[in-house]
Parts: sequence; structure tokens; C-alpha cells
Amino acid sequence: MAPLLEIKGLKTHFSTDDGILQAVDGVDISINKGETLCVVGESGCGKTVTAMSILKLIAMPPGRIAAGQIIFEGRDLVPLTSNQLDEIRAKEIGFIFQEPMTSLNPVLTIGEQIAESLRRHEAVTKKQALERTIEMLKLVQIPNAEGRVHNYPHQFSGGMRQRVMIAMALACKPKLIIADEPTTALDVTIQAQILDLLQDMKDRFGMAVMLITHAMGVVAETAQRVVVMYAGKVVEEAPVDDLFGDPRHPYTQGLIRSIPRIDLDSEHKTRLEAIGGSVPILINPPVGCRFAPRCKFAMNVCTEKEPLLREIAPGHRMACHLGDPNLGAAS
Amino acid sequence: MSQYVLRRLLIAVPSLLAISLVLFVVLALAPGDPFSELATNPNVPPEVQAALRAKFGLDDPIYLRYLHWLNAMLHGDWGFSFVSRMNVDTLILQRLPATLYVIGSAQILALLIAIPVGVYAATKPYSLFDQIANTLAFVGFSLPTFFTGILFILIFSVTLDWLPFVYTTDIKATGIRWVLEMIRQAIMPVAVLGLFQAASMTRFVRSAMLDVIRLDYVTTARAKGLGQTTVIIKHVMRNAMIPVVTLIALQMPAVFGGAIVTEQIFRIPGIGSLLISSILSNDTPVVMAVTFVFACLVVLFNLIADVLYGWLDPRISLR
Ligand SMILES: Nc1ncnc2c1ncn2[C@@H]1O[C@H](COP(=O)(O)OP(=O)(O)O)[C@@H](O)[C@H]1O
Ligand code: SF4
Ligand SMILES: [Mg+2]
Repeated sequence: MAPLLEIKGLKTHFSTDDGILQAVDGVDISINKGETLCVVGESGCGKTVTAMSILKLIAMPPGRIAAGQIIFEGRDLVPLTSNQLDEIRAKEIGFIFQEPMTSLNPVLTIGEQIAESLRRHEAVTKKQALERTIEMLKLVQIPNAEGRVHNYPHQFSGGMRQRVMIAMALACKPKLIIADEPTTALDVTIQAQILDLLQDMKDRFGMAVMLITHAMGVVAETAQRVVVMYAGKVVEEAPVDDLFGDPRHPYTQGLIRSIPRIDLDSEHKTRLEAIGGSVPILINPPVGCRFAPRCKFAMNVCTEKEPLLREIAPGHRMACHLGDPNLGAAS
Repeated sequence: MSQYVLRRLLIAVPSLLAISLVLFVVLALAPGDPFSELATNPNVPPEVQAALRAKFGLDDPIYLRYLHWLNAMLHGDWGFSFVSRMNVDTLILQRLPATLYVIGSAQILALLIAIPVGVYAATKPYSLFDQIANTLAFVGFSLPTFFTGILFILIFSVTLDWLPFVYTTDIKATGIRWVLEMIRQAIMPVAVLGLFQAASMTRFVRSAMLDVIRLDYVTTARAKGLGQTTVIIKHVMRNAMIPVVTLIALQMPAVFGGAIVTEQIFRIPGIGSLLISSILSNDTPVVMAVTFVFACLVVLFNLIADVLYGWLDPRISLR
């Protein structure tokens, strides 16, 4: 069965004063119908740019899709114009953004903002759109939906606004929801509620979810499949159990070791193993493996030759020279 | 809402009082008074001069004169113009319509140019259109109205003889001819003032639009597939207009200043030229009253801006 969305060799570049920034550099990701795929990686790895490239929501210029295909239901989205993509935006692919505090227009009521999506994509009257909006607000468990529909964003808390964003993304019943760190900006207690709500909605509507996060804990709880990104590239991809049971890429291993664990006492918790160093700036990135400066296992070949994604078990791929049989004696 | 307006009007009272006091003191301390002409006129005997001065209280202490003026104002007596020999309020009411007609039309012209140009330029930053608009705005902003005014007169009145260069209130025509003549003679002053305003307003609108365009909720709107026009008008413009309204209101004093100059150049019998001629002839009651009217108009525009502000931005509650 063909995947719902297949990103192939995507390269998204930004022109900056210092040169071309290769934010996304040859990414392959595919999502099946009804599946939850997590995309994980530290800040600045290119997760948001990858997601925004799908519907061309990046700022163009300075951004540019330099290469690749984004095939949604058999159709490549990259050559489409913004007008053509408007038919897919919200209707086929819905978006939930990271910052509920700034992602809603402060001068329009939340009702107007949800209803405008319905009015754009479906032949509904104003009244029907309002009814559907109230129905959506009830689904995402906003109390007193009939009254709240006429309120402005500043009258809601962060968690409630994220519920509004979810209602908005779901309004046209898209086949795919892209949620870009939907809980990062929220309090820990609210985070769990929002993830539960997303899970509920997914069970109810059966859409596929691409959940972007930098928290491994979130991945373990929600994903079926995981893609690990580092510095604009996919470094490992596996079903969730394989990834946690047998992480192969040193970066993935580092991310997993940095998960705070509640089962350890507080003394151990403070000695969380963070990965030293930080994501490189993606203007003129070094040749070879981009993780090499931070990698404990780095070899000579790592700074000379770029590791390519290779399958190490069914459905489990990674890009690291470690244990590569083709490298022979070099490793 | 009406309560808010009422409260704001009440708050305006002390500031208007303070403005009037400062104006009064400055004018009282300025050299020359309405009777300086009498003093040099040999036909007026000194006793008569002294009697007149006493009658109008010109030699009283400043605070007494101010209280006199205030008391008279509150009773609707705006004073008497020694130069024009008529009541100040009648004089101002005669002159105000021409000023409001010219300034009002100029502001409308400025908005009609600045909003579309600024909005369109912001949607295509650094495009050819944007660069041309920016350059023209910069030129328009740097040329003072007295210069463009004289240039316009030289081109359109003297050389081409298309438009009259003296504005008159007693047009010898009726009906539609009168209307056309009113429009024809206002073209140059309105264009000079309006284009000058449009230049700075275009820059405000463009930068306000650019500030909003890159915000997250605009991406949210684009993610709904709304289309460029809807996104710009419904999501960007409405938010960008909030700072623009404030800036326009804060610019009102400068607009009146520009109007004074424009009225002088085109000899428009408005309150701006009334102010200049009254200053030149030491007609203190008129100077006082006209400046006070300007102050009231500025306060009024600030109030209008605040009301608009509350209407545009639901986060501000007008209570
Ligand atoms: N509009 C932009 N202009 C220039 N660089 C950008 C822009 N947007 C993102 N980037 C760069 O792209 C890289 C990846 O960013 P992003 O996708 O937001 O990371 P993530 O979502 O994984 O934290 C970063 O280095 C960021 O600076
Ligand atoms: S390729 Fe080399 S540097 Fe890169 S992760 Fe593997 S071992 Fe480390
Ligand atoms: Mg991000």
C-alpha cells in the first residue's frame, strides 16, 4: 500500500547574509494512513522547516525548496502553486503549531477563526459553520462552548488555546494532522492532557498524525514509528519498540539516555546524560557525518565520508558508519 | 462605550485648561498688544487710550485677565477682534469650513494613497513596486509643502494655466458650476498637503504590515488555505491598522501646522491664514481663540483614535 505522504530527498534552503543555510538537506519521510509518526531531534535540527515545507508555509524568500518530492496521495506537491495548495491546506492536511499564545489572531473571535476554515473548504452557511464550530469546541472539551465560541484568544489560557488550535486543525476532517511541538510551550500537567486529546481525536477520526517533538518521553507514549533528525538529515528511523529497544545511532542513544526517568531517585535524576555540544550551524556544514564533532565513536572515516541511510533490520534504518559491513577494515 | 467617551472628554478638560493657561501667559508676555496701533495714532488722545485700556482690562495682572477670559469663554463670549471689528467666534466660524474642507480632503487623499500602496508594497517587499513606492515616499517626505506648493503654482497655474492659484470663498456661480469650481480650486492645496501626508503614512502602513506579516497567526491563516487576499485583508491589515491609527492621530498637530503653511501659499481664507494675519497685527483675542481651537481639535482626534483603537483591538476594553 502506498503511503499517504512520502517526502523524498527534500532539501529546503534559506539564503542568509552569511550564505545558503541548508536547513533540510535530503530528508526522506513517509507516513501511512492512520499512523502516528514522531519526528524527533534537538532544537534547530530542521523539524519545523521540514513540516512547513510540505504545504509551503515557510517564508519564500528567503526559503526555497531546492530539491525533492513531496507526494501526497500520489500527487507531488512541490511544483504546485500557492493557490493550488490552498485546496489541500486544512482540508487534506491540518496544522497545529507550537505556540498557542501567538498562533491565533488576537482581533478575531476563536469562532470566526475556526469557521473561516469550514467556510473556505465546505459549502456551508454561516449558521451551519457556527454549529459545526461549537460541535468541534465541545469535542476538544472546551467548557461552555456555545458561549466561548464568541470569545477572543486572550480570554483563554495556553492549554485552552491549544485545544482551539486542535479544533481548528480538525474542523475539515483532514487525512493528516501535522502537530509541531504542540505541547512544548505548555505546563507539564497540561502537556499530558493535550497529548491525550490528540490521541482521542486520532482514534475518533482515524487520521494520520505527524507529531514533531524534541521530547523522547512524548515519543515513547504516542508514536508507532519514529524518525530521528539531526542537522537537517534523517539519522535513524524505526518502529517505536525497535528504536527504544535497540537504538543504533549514537545520536539516538544520546537522546534516549537524556530522558528524565521517574523510576530513579532524585540523586540519579540530576545526573542525566545530556549530549555535549550543540547542533552545528547549517551554512557550509562539514563534510562527512554532521554528528562527528559530538560523537564518542567518531572515526577517521566519519569526517571524510557521509554515512548514508541503510537498512539494518526490517523497517529499521540508520545513517552511521558504525558496524557498516561495506566499510571493511576501515572501521 | 458612551461612558468611556464621556470620561475621556472629562479628562480632556484639565489638559485644555492647562493649554489655555500656557497660551494666555505666552501671548500676554509677547511684545505688542492690540492697542499699540492706537498709541502711535496722533488722532487718539491719551485719555481715551487710557480709558479704553481700562475698559478692556489690559493693565490688570495676568491671572486676572486669564480668569476674565476663561469666564467669558465659558459664557460663550470668545472676545472681539479689534482688527476685523467683529466677534471672534463669528470670524472663526466664517473661516473654519475652508480649513476643514481642505484638511479633510487632504487626509482622505492621503489615506486613499497610503493604505493601498503601503499594503501592496508590504506584500512584495523589495520588489520593483516596493522600491519605487519607497523612493517616492522618501522624496515626498523630504520636500516641504511650501516648496511643492510654489512648484505646483508655477506649473499648473502660471505655465499651464489649468488651475486658479488664489482660493476664493465667493465663487460667482451656482449649482453644479459652484461645486466644480470648489473642487477645481481645492485640487492644488489638497494635492500638496495630501501627498505630503501620504508619503509618511505610506511608510507607516508598510512597516506596520511587515511587522504583522511575519507573525505566527498569519502562518496559521495561510495554513487554512484562505488565499493571499483574504489573509492580507482579514488577518494582516486589521492588525496593522492598530498602530497606524495611533500614528495618524499623533500626527494631527503636524497636519494643522502643514495646513497653516498651505493656506498661506494658496491664500485660502481658513483659520490657519487667520492665525498668521492675527499674529502679524497683534490681534491677541483671535490668536488666542484660534490656537485654542487647534488644541481642541488635537484633543478630539486623540479621542477618536482611542475609540478606533478599542474597536480594532478587542484586548483593549473601553471601560
Ligand atoms: N526563515 C528562516 N530564515 C533563515 N533560517 C531559518 C528560517 N527558518 C528556520 N531557519 C533555520 O533552519 C534551521 C532549522 O530550524 P527549525 O526547522 O525551526 O528547527 P527545529 O524545528 O528542529 O527546532 C535552523 O538553523 C534555523 O535557524
Ligand atoms: S558516522 Fe561516525 S561520527 Fe557519525 S554518528 Fe556514526 S560513528 Fe558517530
Ligand atoms: Mg521547531
